[in-house]
Amino acid sequence: MEKIYRLLEELHSEYDFAANDGVIEEGVLDSFDIISLVTMIEEEYDVIIDALDIVPENFNSVESIANVIRKSGGVI
Amino acid sequence: MRTNLLDYLKVTSDKVPNKTAVIDGERNISFRTLTDQAKKMGCIINRKISGTIRKPIAVFLDKRFELIMSDIAIMYCGNAYMNLDTKSPIQRIRNIIELIEPELIITNHQHIAKLEKVLPSEKILNIDLIDFDNEIYSQDVLDHILNSVIDTDPLCIINTSGSTGVPKGVVLNHRSFIDFTEWSINTTGIDDNEVIGSLSPSVFDIYSFELCMLMALGSTIVILPDGLAAFPTRILQLLQDHHVTFIFWVPTIMVNIANLDLLSRIQLPALRSIWFAGEVFPTKQFNYWRKFLNQSKFINLYGPIEITLDCTYFIVDRELSDDEPIPIGVACKNTDVFILNDQDKLCGVNEEGELCVRGSSLAMGYYNNPEKTAAAFVQNPLNRSYPEIIYRTGDIVLENDRGELIFKGRKDSIIKHSGYRIELGEIEHVIINTLKIVENGCAVYNHEKKEIIFYYESNEEFQAAEFKKRVGEMLPKYMIPSVYYKMDQLPRNTNGKIDRLKLRESLSELIK
Repeated sequence: MEKIYRLLEELHSEYDFAANDGVIEEGVLDSFDIISLVTMIEEEYDVIIDALDIVPENFNSVESIANVIRKSGGVI
Repeated sequence: MRTNLLDYLKVTSDKVPNKTAVIDGERNISFRTLTDQAKKMGCIINRKISGTIRKPIAVFLDKRFELIMSDIAIMYCGNAYMNLDTKSPIQRIRNIIELIEPELIITNHQHIAKLEKVLPSEKILNIDLIDFDNEIYSQDVLDHILNSVIDTDPLCIINTSGSTGVPKGVVLNHRSFIDFTEWSINTTGIDDNEVIGSLSPSVFDIYSFELCMLMALGSTIVILPDGLAAFPTRILQLLQDHHVTFIFWVPTIMVNIANLDLLSRIQLPALRSIWFAGEVFPTKQFNYWRKFLNQSKFINLYGPIEITLDCTYFIVDRELSDDEPIPIGVACKNTDVFILNDQDKLCGVNEEGELCVRGSSLAMGYYNNPEKTAAAFVQNPLNRSYPEIIYRTGDIVLENDRGELIFKGRKDSIIKHSGYRIELGEIEHVIINTLKIVENGCAVYNHEKKEIIFYYESNEEFQAAEFKKRVGEMLPKYMIPSVYYKMDQLPRNTNGKIDRLKLRESLSELIK
């Protein structure tokens, strides 16, 4: 989990991701952020995220991001 | 004779009152409901501003049904709508309002608090307080208003980035939209069965054209929520679910879709018309789209907002190799485009020059801004016999051997980023003059990585996060530079001005 927080903070150091129990409000991550985040996750966890899994409900919290990584075969 | 876009809507709502005009999430709104509510709202606005016509009325709402209805209501009361970006920092909204001085601003519970600091309450209309079931409208009043409006009266004001830190409000009239609509119906094969996958922000001209299609062709607008831009998969699923036939998008999202190879997974058999404009669509990704949607007609459109929507088009009619640019094509009907060289003489074939436009598509000018208007809308240098205004686009183009125009680049420091037109000078103005963070700096666009870079001279080094936070209070997100470089000394040209070109060159060398 901490690794995911670290990746998110790399994108938006000004946003406190930990403050809301990992809930990511709509609009914090824009389209460029999502693409960067997916690339970072794929490198960090050595997985390939299925494009069909890149949908809002999978990126609205740290927990849901973790679930996508698990689904892609990554170990959290 | 059509002189007002509402002439189209009258025919459409009489013909297909029960057809769906707008799909907004779970809500399907018919043409009858849309026009009824818009007429009621038009009468309410008319009373509230004591019958004033031909003036700007701002709309500060998210892109939902209520925004579309409000824009049409503003037409009914004979005024010009000016949609404002609800995500924009309030300081920028304040700048726009101070310049344009709208008669009224329409908003709702969600956004009203932000405006109360900017405008007196009698200038604010909260749409959530209107009970439409208990409102009526007077057709006589509306007819009377519309009889006073002519086709050169403003339909809308669209704001675009300006180098002095305040956006310029481009005034567009009914005639220019009617012209473009007529051209599109006669030329592009769109018909009265279109379902529009509407992704454009309400502050873009593309949205205003979607309104034209709704009114003129009875097209259904499917609102694709703002927040989905990051999730192309969901957008394509919505296109599939609603059998969308028509999209008019900026290439950014289409490039993402190609890079994610989504079209091989999500089939879109209903999609017949794919239009794009606002920036260069890289041909490699374009070819991906064409491969998977070979039943569709692809049209590349080009035009700055000052000439209403677009002035040239290219219907893709042949295979293009990945390294060949997609032409911007030829002029739309009733618009003339021509290329002038440095001596204001016409360019020959394959000679680069500035693209100039003449015709009734030209905007009326920039609102409350005679200096900027006079600088951009000028006498045609090829006509010395009578007043004839042209718009100098600042875009460098050439005409190829086939008679097609090819876009080559910009004369000045305007860039296109995610479809938004950005004056780099505005970013510099805000950082240097308004926020006074540094004394000297220069914004440069990295076209390869699609990011804005800010170079600055300063005794101290600032964190990117600090820049982003402070700039974000003044400028919308798409204008905030993502990379910041401190330099001991910025390159200067012989006049002592910061040399943007040199910075950009050193940037391309860095990338190589």
